[in-house]
Amino acid sequence: MDWEAIRLSLWLATLTTVALLILGLPLAYWLAFSRRRWKFLVEAVVAMPLVLPPTVLGFYLLMAMGPRSPLGRAWESLFGSTLPFSFEGLLIASVLYSLPFMIQPLAAAFAAVDRGLIEASWCLGESRLRTFLRVIAPLSWAGILTGLVLSFAHTLGEFGVVLMVGGNLPGRTRTVSIAIYDQVQAMEYAPAARTAALLLGVSFLVLAFTYALRRHQRKPWTLI
Amino acid sequence: MDAHLISDAQRRYPDGTAVEARFQIPGPGFSVTVLFGPSGSGKTTVLRLLAGLERADRGSIHFGGTAWSDADRGVHLPPQARDLGFLPQAYHLFPHLSVTANLGYGLVSLTARERTVRIEELLLLLDLKGLEDRRPGELSGGQQQRVALGRALARRPRLLLLDEPLSALDRPSQLRLRKELRELLRTLDIPTVLVTHDRTEALQLGDRLVVMDQGRVCQSGDIQQVFDRPTDPAVARILGVETVVRGRVESVSEGMATVSVGSARILAADPGSLGQQAFLCIRGEDVAVERGCGPSSGTTARNRLPARITALHPEGSLMRISLDCGFPLESLVTRQACLDLHLAEGDQVCAILKAAAVHLIPHD
Repeated sequence: MDWEAIRLSLWLATLTTVALLILGLPLAYWLAFSRRRWKFLVEAVVAMPLVLPPTVLGFYLLMAMGPRSPLGRAWESLFGSTLPFSFEGLLIASVLYSLPFMIQPLAAAFAAVDRGLIEASWCLGESRLRTFLRVIAPLSWAGILTGLVLSFAHTLGEFGVVLMVGGNLPGRTRTVSIAIYDQVQAMEYAPAARTAALLLGVSFLVLAFTYALRRHQRKPWTLI
Repeated sequence: MDAHLISDAQRRYPDGTAVEARFQIPGPGFSVTVLFGPSGSGKTTVLRLLAGLERADRGSIHFGGTAWSDADRGVHLPPQARDLGFLPQAYHLFPHLSVTANLGYGLVSLTARERTVRIEELLLLLDLKGLEDRRPGELSGGQQQRVALGRALARRPRLLLLDEPLSALDRPSQLRLRKELRELLRTLDIPTVLVTHDRTEALQLGDRLVVMDQGRVCQSGDIQQVFDRPTDPAVARILGVETVVRGRVESVSEGMATVSVGSARILAADPGSLGQQAFLCIRGEDVAVERGCGPSSGTTARNRLPARITALHPEGSLMRISLDCGFPLESLVTRQACLDLHLAEGDQVCAILKAAAVHLIPHD
């Protein structure tokens, strides 16, 4: 088995999930509570990775990161390296590709919190931020957990975007799914089967764990 | 009147309806202002305007000299900056927090020690000892109500807003808590605005009444004055047609109370928990009129009051007779009965009502 690729995939999935949580909390809060008329446009953009072929997304990302784009030039002048075919470029692509898997469970959970509880907190002198931390987030833990797990699992399994943006550089951008593809191309079915089985097992265990937690969640707050 | 809260604000909605919050309350000490009206009349919206949860788009709200809201100057203080206690109708206790944590939720500016002391006070005051670690879902309706009230009181706010505080409770708890609530509010010495659609609750808890209908404030003022002199038929309809007068409880024995109203004394069934003062509610249908007021030969009615007819108003097949028997009293009889007795304005008659038909509401 290609342990290097497995380690890289896990690391990428972890960083992507953390970055998505930091980015996702404020964005999901805005989507859940904003009354802007053009909110639907943002919702559509966030959901795009669900329907776009990964190659299309990857293509645009590659263009956006290239040395001729403003982003690519800015990155190069700051860090002295190019984004495409690097781990950092792969991370950015993963974050965008898994965005809806974090945002949608979060936004749904936030929106499901009873407005009266939020207003009660305001009337008790707590700011919007502190109300979020003390009321909305604790009551949305199931949605937050779902977002974390789905983002992690989805990043672990991505293929098309990685191929487009990351290429296939061992130790830098070769993830598990690429490794399996390589092995199959090289007719090495035995190691491919072992790696695939590992990925299948990990994905199943993570999802089963999440759904079990959600099923057994004690909800003393289901009032009336 | 030295007004403490001066509200003259309006909130309009896209469908063309509007709710106005136009009344004043004295301050800053104890007083209970009741927002009263049928459901859908905009009472809760008025409370939300006061709390800052709704933004007024016309007029202003001033409290203790501070502009809470002023649409012309674009001023709108958020709820956090108004220092008030709000008890929503559905309580909205934080379901993931214990009773203690709910009570202490708004006390972040206090030290841990001060907070513990304050929570302890509230637990004692509201009879919540032993429930400290329960979640709201594990409490009865009455217990939830007390926790929600305690949470609103915890920060010692300058204004208390109570939205139908007793409506979620069963009938016996309502009756018990009504009396306790007014006592509690008096002890705390905080001006309170209370929403209700229950007339008995309004009379028992309130000092001042704001009558609302279809988003409009129809009348506001001292509770007795409003009941005595409704300014228009809409107010009279909302208040109901009964005579409502304040009386002094003279004595209570064997389930019967003697109450003096003006120069008259009235015998009524004792509703329990009577103090010094009470409101008497008497329906016009329950008041009979007789010529001559000698001792009765054979009737079960316990109250025979000498009265003078001040006005006669036909209402369909009925006649509304306004009487003065030491206090104003309304009687509703058939027109035929009125004709048979040749009743006319200025006549001396006898008003007769059964003790069981006098509805007493304690009000101290």
